[in-house]
This record gives sequence, structure tokens and C-alpha cells, in this order.
Amino acid sequence: MRALSLRLPLNRLAAAVALLVLVAVQSLGGLAHAAEGNKFRVAWTIYAGWMPWDYAAKAGIVKKWADKYGIEIEVVQLNDYVESINQYTAGAFDGCVMTNMDALTIPAAGGVDSTALIVGDFSNGNDGVVLKGKGKALRDIKGQKVNLVELSVSHYLLARALESAGMSEKDITTVNTSDADIVAAWATPQVSAVVTWNPLLAEIKGQPDAVEVFDSSKVPGEIIDLMVVNSATLARQPALGKALVGAWFETMALMSRDDEAGRKARAAMAEASGTDLKGYDAQLATTRMFYAPAEAVAFATSPELPQTMQRVAAFSFAHGLLGEGAKSAEAVGMAFPGGRTLGDAGNVKLRFDAATMALAADGKL
Amino acid sequence: MPRLVNRHPDRISRLLLGLLPFLLVLAVYLLASAERLAANPNDKLLPGFAAFGAAIWRMAALPSERSGELLLWADTMASLARLAWGLGISAAIGLVVGIVNGVIPLARAGLSPFVAGLSLIPPMAVLPILFIVFGLGEVSKVALIVIGIAPVIVRDLQARALELPVELIVKAQTLGANTWTLILRVVLPQLLPRLLDALRLSLGGAWLFLIAAEAIAASEGLGYRIFLVRRYLAMDVILPYVAWITLLAFAIDWALRLLSRRAFPWFAASAGGGR
Repeated sequence: MRALSLRLPLNRLAAAVALLVLVAVQSLGGLAHAAEGNKFRVAWTIYAGWMPWDYAAKAGIVKKWADKYGIEIEVVQLNDYVESINQYTAGAFDGCVMTNMDALTIPAAGGVDSTALIVGDFSNGNDGVVLKGKGKALRDIKGQKVNLVELSVSHYLLARALESAGMSEKDITTVNTSDADIVAAWATPQVSAVVTWNPLLAEIKGQPDAVEVFDSSKVPGEIIDLMVVNSATLARQPALGKALVGAWFETMALMSRDDEAGRKARAAMAEASGTDLKGYDAQLATTRMFYAPAEAVAFATSPELPQTMQRVAAFSFAHGLLGEGAKSAEAVGMAFPGGRTLGDAGNVKLRFDAATMALAADGKL
Repeated sequence: MPRLVNRHPDRISRLLLGLLPFLLVLAVYLLASAERLAANPNDKLLPGFAAFGAAIWRMAALPSERSGELLLWADTMASLARLAWGLGISAAIGLVVGIVNGVIPLARAGLSPFVAGLSLIPPMAVLPILFIVFGLGEVSKVALIVIGIAPVIVRDLQARALELPVELIVKAQTLGANTWTLILRVVLPQLLPRLLDALRLSLGGAWLFLIAAEAIAASEGLGYRIFLVRRYLAMDVILPYVAWITLLAFAIDWALRLLSRRAFPWFAASAGGGR
């Protein structure tokens, strides 16, 4: 019997394989519920409006606020923006920074009920359409190939630009180009039109023959940068929301100061984003930051926000971004402060929440 | 009972044993997918098979609303054309430079270190230079494949040429062959099947560079589609595309092996052709 089991340990082999399968299933399927207990993970990627998260984590501001509410928050930097949102949607993170359009099309359209906890800023010139050739105007884009990251906010901005000049996407051809390579692409003779964001935009605008013909300051408040948190996690542990909002606005107050401490904070953010204080201040100039919580609350409760989101939903639906099951732009419901909803009220997956920011504005955190 | 090393499976058990890992992976997927779908019916990470079926039907049989093309086939044709050009040019470069380097010591002294150096440059790290030189169109995508795999094929064929028995080379010369006839009649026939082998081994790399090139700037192609829909986590499209790429790669590998066996039966019969 012993000899036989040495030669052919089939039972044990089968048991080992079954165990392996079980572990694999658990680790893949179990991602759906990341956070348990009082430990939370939020993800961020490099962008002018999100650098404060890095500073808040490194300077201990996040830890201070997490300790105050008796929880633990880990702030993780990812190098790939889309991958960070995908990871959040898959359940690997409890929160993640993203734009309003991506919040609608990735987690919300993917059935992950998400809350826009913090409205950090909106792009006020940080995204732009650039044409090659002196004296070019927006109407010259007709018939051109346009290099951009397709289906991103750049694509949305392009659609808005074309709309403003009485054109549509049928008048141009889009070429999907990775953001990492768009500056190098601009240097090649075949590329005559790009849509991109800062700091890449500034890099391209700095080249001779580059003319910016449209930018996001012409559609203010439509490209919004958010901190998005899983709604179920937030309902289970509201302290997460309070700690994140508290840490964020403490950092905002610090970095907006025009003294040595404020400059120091901004210089640290500049360095982490690979530029210097001058370069970072230039990026901040085209980013409408909400330094005071009251400003952010005013923006999140304004009647313009649902209008913007309606436009974004229409664009997303027209490009198939709400999923193939979506029958209309109203398929994914959205909720706004004051009980207003947009789209399918029975399928609300994206909630703009001003309540926690209002606590910060009232100094009640 | 024979020792484990002497126990050979028969045809049917070999087939079943071969299928087993695939079935296990499938089972893991189905179970995990069911678990996630139970928690969130709209889960995009591990969609069910009904979602795959719908996505495949949409990509392969329904014309796209934007271009009117059947996307899967348009993507496949675009990618295969790029791959064919890349592999063809790499094979031509590999054969010519490999033979010259392997047979002519003067050429080897001049070129071999250069090719070795070239083959060690990670092509993805010099992308901006490639853009400036080759532009952003089809040429740059083919060029990325060629730069990625040609140096490896050159080095492989050079090594294979140097492995040819010196007796063979000497004998051909005593029978009156000059350098040109030696290359044409002795070295080239010996190296052709080895070129096919080298191509088969480079296939993985060629696909890698193709997908990378299509991710950077493109308006169609298998890699383009995957990176595009990745923006909204459409795994119902991505996973069938990955399976399709795997199938295509397998078919190309199989076709090259068949070609090698048909065209060079003597090679398949020798020790080197057992793969």
C-alpha cells in the first residue's frame, strides 16, 4: 500500500489540484469585495489636480485624519490611469481619482455603485486641440487625421470643439494614439492635429508651428476631476469619506497659501510630478482648483452639473461607452445633491455627494 | 508495475491529459465569473459566456455603425498584413545577413558585434526615434516588428551556419566550389529549414511588437481594438480577441511546421528537426 501510494499519489494530486482551483476562484472572484474591517486603499495617478493626494499621504495628513476617525487609509500611486480605474472597478481599491466621464463609463457603467466624494477641480485650459501650421483656426481641422487617446476626455473635448464650429466627428478621422507617445507623434510630419492634456499639451504648444485652436476653458466645468469612492464601502464606513475629505481640504488650504509653507508643498508636488515649481504653477493656472470646501459644494450643488453630466452621458452612449446592454443615454442613473436624479432612477450607479464636503465647509469634520 | 518514467499514455489518455489543464482553467474562470456576477450582474471583469457570444457576434457579424466594416475581420486583416510584412522582411534580412556572417569571416568580423549590440537594444525604449524615422503609419509598425525580431534571427542563423560541419565546407571547396556556389549549394539549403525554426520561435516576439505598435497609434488592428476597449474594461471583447490571437498564432506556427516538414523532409528526419 505504501509503495503504491508513493508511485501514484493520485488522490493527493487531485486534492492539491482542487485546492489550487479553489484558491484561484477565491482570489479572482473575491476581488469583488476588497475592503473589510477598517483598512482602506485608495489609488491615484499623476495629474496636476491629483498631486495633492501624494503630498497629503507623504506629509502624514491622510494618516492624521484616518487616525482621528480610527481607520487606516493606504494611498497607492499607479502609473497607468485607465488601469487604476479598472482596478477600482474590479474591486481592488475602495476609492480612486478619475474624471466625471470616466466615472460614468467605467465603474458606473460596469455596475459598481460609485460616489463622487470630492470635486477637486475642473479643467480650465488643461485639455486642448492643437493644429500644425501658422495661423490655423478650428475650422481647418475639417478632413484632417486627429491623433488622440480615443474614448477619453480628449475625445469628448474634440466632439465639443467640432460641435462649436458646426462640424461633427464625420468631418475628421481619429487615430488612437497613446498619451505616452503623443509628443513624439507630434514631431512626425504625418501628424497635423492632436488633442491632449497637460503637461503633454504644454510640451506640444511649445513647439514651433503649433496653434491651440480650442481648449477646455471654452467649455468650463465639463471636464471634472473627482475622488470616487465605492458607495457600499462608504455606507458601511462613513468615516472613510470624512477622513478623505478632511485630509483633502487641509492639503488644499496648505497648498493655496502664498507663503513659504504653501510654496514648499507645491514644490514637493511639482517634484513628484516630474516638473519644477514654475512648471507646476503653470499647470495649476489652467486647472480650476476648489481650494475652499464651500466652492466645491457650490459647484457640486449647481444646476449646471446635471446638465454637464447629461451631455457626457449622451456622448458616452453615442460611442458605445455605456455598454452594449444600454438602450439609451439614460441607462445608467445618476444622483445629485438635493435628491435630483438623471437617467434611470432604478439603476443609480453614480452619486454626486456634497454632504461630506459641506461638513468640511462648516468646519464640522 | 513499471516505473513512472517508463509509463507512456496511450492516444486517448494523452488527449485527455492534454485537455485537463484547459478544462481546469475554464472551470476556474466559470466559477469565479459566476461568483462575481452574483455580486454584481453588470460585472465587466469576468463576463459570462452569453456576454462573450453577444460580443463575438457583434464584432464578427454586424457592420460597425461608424465605418460599416465587420470589425473583427477588418482588425484581423490589418494585423495579419503587418505581421506578414514584419516576418517576411525579418526572414529576408535574417537569411542574408545570417549566411554572410556565418560563412564569410571578414563580414563576420565587421557585422557580428554590431548585430549583437543591435539585438540588445529594447526597441520599445527607442520608440520616439522610430517615429521620427518611420513616421506613424504602417511602416513604423512593420519596422518595430523587424527591429524586434530580425537581429535575433540573424544571430540564430549565423550560429547555425557556424555549426555546419567543417568537413562539408572543405569538401565542397575541394570539389571546386567558389564562395558563391558554396553559399548557394551547401549553406543555403541547410539553413532554410532552420530559418523556419527561427521564425517559429520569433512568432511570440513578433506578436508582442505588433500589439505594442498598434497600441501606440492606429485606427484598426487586433491590438488597437484591445487597447481601445480596455478604456472601459470591455473584457467581453478583449478575452475573445485574446483567444483569437492565440488561435491565429497557433495556426501560423502549425503552418510553418507543416511547411518545414513538407519542404525539407530530410530535416524533420534528422535530430535537429524533431521539434
